[in-house]
Amino acid sequence: MITIDDLTVSFGAVQALRHVSFVAETGKITAVLGANGAGKTTLLRTISGLKEPKTGTIRMDERSLVGKRTEDIARLGIGHVPEGRGVIGEFTVEENLRLGAMMAKVNLQRGLEEQYVQFPVLGERRKQHAAKLSGGERQMLAMARALIAKPSVLLLDEPSLGLAPLVTAQLMHTIQALCETSDLTVILVEQNARSALRIAHHAVVLHVGKAVANDTAENVAADDNLRQYYLGLVE
Amino acid sequence: MDPFLTSRIVSDILGGLTNGVTYGMVALSLVLIWRSTGILNFAQGAMPMFATYIGFVVFAGHLDYWACVGISVLAAAAIGGLTERFLVRGLYGKPEINPIVVMVGFLIVLEAVAAAIWSTTPKSLPNPFSAFDWHLAGKPLTLSPFTLYEIVTALVVMILVAALFRFTKLGLQLRASALAPEVSRLLGVRVGRLLTLGWMLATVVGVITTILVSGGGFSSGLTPQVMDGIFAYGFIAAAIGGLESPVGAIIAGVVLGIVNQFVDDFVNSNAVIIVALVVLIVSLMIRPSGVFTKSAQRRV
Repeated sequence: MITIDDLTVSFGAVQALRHVSFVAETGKITAVLGANGAGKTTLLRTISGLKEPKTGTIRMDERSLVGKRTEDIARLGIGHVPEGRGVIGEFTVEENLRLGAMMAKVNLQRGLEEQYVQFPVLGERRKQHAAKLSGGERQMLAMARALIAKPSVLLLDEPSLGLAPLVTAQLMHTIQALCETSDLTVILVEQNARSALRIAHHAVVLHVGKAVANDTAENVAADDNLRQYYLGLVE
Repeated sequence: MDPFLTSRIVSDILGGLTNGVTYGMVALSLVLIWRSTGILNFAQGAMPMFATYIGFVVFAGHLDYWACVGISVLAAAAIGGLTERFLVRGLYGKPEINPIVVMVGFLIVLEAVAAAIWSTTPKSLPNPFSAFDWHLAGKPLTLSPFTLYEIVTALVVMILVAALFRFTKLGLQLRASALAPEVSRLLGVRVGRLLTLGWMLATVVGVITTILVSGGGFSSGLTPQVMDGIFAYGFIAAAIGGLESPVGAIIAGVVLGIVNQFVDDFVNSNAVIIVALVVLIVSLMIRPSGVFTKSAQRRV
């Protein structure tokens, strides 16, 4: 479980997040929605320790994450799939996965087999350089690289960015299946509100750094004002 | 067969190979640091020089050759690590001119301090192997036990470094830290420690090179400036091979050594540096990012 309380993050005089509070519950998908510049990516980067908050607390279960180094936060079991996927193009598919498994106490061979079952295309291309994969395949690789370490929390930053609708639908299905089969806590940052709300249990809507909604995904999806003014979902 | 092996051509190739592997080693150490931190380390010759003085001059007369090598390697690792941690770390992300100025300054300081402590008089290093050329059918072969030791050591070091990067977990982390530091940190890799380790490794490669070029009986010995000339050729080799390519740097170093030897023998020793610079200019005009650097190969 990730608990965020009164979180404020600044870039100089500009406040990227303003007093944001919410709880991402264990085994649930929490969608963080909002337009460009709403502060979604900053939120994930702050949880991972890449950005220092000005005020507020972030806790994983009872453990405070603020002030910890990014690599130590990762070793606590927080997997972060960054915006743009962050696969290492010069590495093969398998080298990317080996890197993901390295810091976790997991059996590498078993981990690789599990990911190849989950994402068969990665198994077929295990010796290929990641730079040669398509956008969807890279997204799968980034997810598999985070999952191979068996994280308890998964932070996903715009996983559908640049993907075809069919690939996005498959991806969302995979995320949903992962949550259902394990106690994985997912914080899913998305601009594609429709896809995210379809699989999320809970939703937080950010607008210029402020949380304007923090409710069940069902209620957020049913709120006409939120849909129209903040999520751009007009029927 | 015998006349061929003792011919002028073979003699130049062997002589060039001996010099070339040392240029390749300097180029390799430059590439290791460039790839991991984006810094051109102009003190890459001076740092190992200092470590060699610690191993071979401070302990001269007390320990045998191999123990002195061990101490020099430890001193090099310490100098490389401390330099990264306390001098270089604050320079990451700064304008490119900043690390260049700092490292040139560090080179001058190290050479001056070494001269002040140990003087500029050359110190001869003990020889583990004879430096006299073998003979074949009464004619000298341009190969002695020491030059063979030099070539084999350089090849072993290069193969070990390549194997470290290609086949070990540590190598994978080192490469990942250089290519994508932020992503590596998100995966739990302790990037700061690995950068320190990268500098330690490069300085250790450098100290082995310094020990090889300062020994050998016909060498002029260890001086504070012993690596200046070799650094220049190593730098040229790294630029020709491509600063992103360890293998390219080594190959370019070896080829440069052989070309230099032929120029020295068939043209004039004064023409060596001129030809080396012409080769550099021409190769950079044709392939600005280096002969062995793929166009897509760059930091993420």
